[in-house]
Amino acid sequence: MLIADVLLSGLTLGGMYALIAMGLTLQYGVARIMNLSYGEFLIAACFAAYVMMTGAAIDPLLGLVLALPAAFAVNWAVYRVLLLPLVRRAKSAGALEVDSILATFGLLFVVQGILLAIFGGAYFSYSYLSVPVTVIGSTVAANRLLALGFAAAIGGALALALARTRAGTALRALAADPVAAQLVAIDVRAMAAFAFALGGALVAAAGVLVSMFLTFNAAMGVVFTMKALIVVIMGGVGDLRGCLAAGLLLGLAEAAVARLVDPGLTLAVTYAIFLAVLLVRPTGLFGRKAA
Amino acid sequence: MTQAAFARAAAGCAALAGAASLPLFGDGYHMALAINIANYTVLATAWALFSGPTRYISLCTVAFFGIGAYTVAVLGELMAWPLVLAVAGAIGVALALVVGLSTLRLSGIYFVIFSFGLAELVRQLVTWFEVNVSRSVGRYVFLDVTQQAIYLQLVALAAVVFLVAWAIRRSRLGLALRIIGDDETVAQHCGIDAARAKLALFAVSALFMTLAGAIMAPRWTYIDPVIAFNPVMSFQVVIMALLGGPGRLFGPLLGVVPLAFLFDILSAQFPNHATLVLGLVFMAIVYALPDGVAGMLARRRRAGAAS
Repeated sequence: MLIADVLLSGLTLGGMYALIAMGLTLQYGVARIMNLSYGEFLIAACFAAYVMMTGAAIDPLLGLVLALPAAFAVNWAVYRVLLLPLVRRAKSAGALEVDSILATFGLLFVVQGILLAIFGGAYFSYSYLSVPVTVIGSTVAANRLLALGFAAAIGGALALALARTRAGTALRALAADPVAAQLVAIDVRAMAAFAFALGGALVAAAGVLVSMFLTFNAAMGVVFTMKALIVVIMGGVGDLRGCLAAGLLLGLAEAAVARLVDPGLTLAVTYAIFLAVLLVRPTGLFGRKAA
Repeated sequence: MTQAAFARAAAGCAALAGAASLPLFGDGYHMALAINIANYTVLATAWALFSGPTRYISLCTVAFFGIGAYTVAVLGELMAWPLVLAVAGAIGVALALVVGLSTLRLSGIYFVIFSFGLAELVRQLVTWFEVNVSRSVGRYVFLDVTQQAIYLQLVALAAVVFLVAWAIRRSRLGLALRIIGDDETVAQHCGIDAARAKLALFAVSALFMTLAGAIMAPRWTYIDPVIAFNPVMSFQVVIMALLGGPGRLFGPLLGVVPLAFLFDILSAQFPNHATLVLGLVFMAIVYALPDGVAGMLARRRRAGAAS
């Protein structure tokens, strides 16, 4: 069943894209850091899951429980140590954007360099729940479905937390207007660090889930950063619904092209969609007018 | 022409003559190092030509460089050399116009994001084309070009880049770009067509990067998309220009020379840790030298003159 094949692989892929982009939308939309090293942290989480699985026989799902707080702590430290000085030095939002792009571009190569020094450039993968499951006449690996389920659960929990909790409200206020957020007694720097760290924890979760079915190597992070950025821009910066819609759109488009045209052209499709959105609606599907 | 300007022009000519006479003395290793430096001088100066005044960080140098190299790999044996260079340059400019037209009208961040993945996109497209149309992914470049000839072409290209950069800085276009870099809204109120000015400069900068790639191609004998579109090159160009100081004409050159030596040592002695050290150096520059060496020297001089 061709349509079921495309739909299913598109949805599993799109769900992962949405999850990957959620962390970035927090980091860029709320903490205002354009993080070009984002994908490297995803790959680092892939390697962490690999080491835990092959070295200590720790189930990736249990690994998820370990990876989330660890990634939160690491990203919080990255924000406090590396990025806060830039926030302090920046005279304007534009200056911070340029500085954070440059600093995280350097960080990209630092993280990639560490991974290369430890693991080398070879491809890695491990086998976990790679049994076929048949859904509406199309076959898919169980680990992909499991990852999709977890992605949906994590995304749902995040959306609920943002909508219902006090911290979530503060984050949304910060995304809407950092100056006005200060006026209602929100500690902007602490919340920005929190948002950045939360985004880091989300991308680590995505990395652990992706590692269950993906063959990865140390140099692959850039592609993930790229796709996350495109999903974030397409959906509208700082908007979770946008992430979901844009992620699914991208996943479906890529699956359709990979299945019907040529798997070598998926990145071209990503770019074509990105360009189309930029030309028609530069603020993204759900974006408000840029400030 | 004032006396100072004349002296500067004379010094420039002398430096050019010195650089061009280098092949008379150096052996193979020094020649390779000199080619490397000349290549990065062209790339970093061309990068700073656009990204210096506008402050639009371009992360896609290697996309243009690779296109130049690949054009030579495909057409090198079919046409005369100047014609090959012209075709390569035309392709590079065409790509720059397409990218610029779609992203430079919007805020800078879209351009950065687009440029971040552009090399990867071009690499994928070239690979797809090679697999499906020409049925082979690697190509051999058998051109009878000596190291000396490559070096001299690069030095000539560098001289042209410096001249063009110098001329643009003094032109209305250069002034317009500096205003855009300071505040784009102000620029638009002054009646500057910001999108067109950015587009023009991006195309000029891309042209030089493409030509550098085309001239460098015969050095490799074997080219495949992974070699031609190596993302580390985009990164090195940015770090060199930033170390030297992208706001000044000879700023990038100040960054190219020390870093070319550093990268040479790194890739020979610590190949496994090169990426890591590069990243650390880059971050150190971003934090410690936001204006680069040239900016720091200028500040020192001003402070010295004031006291």
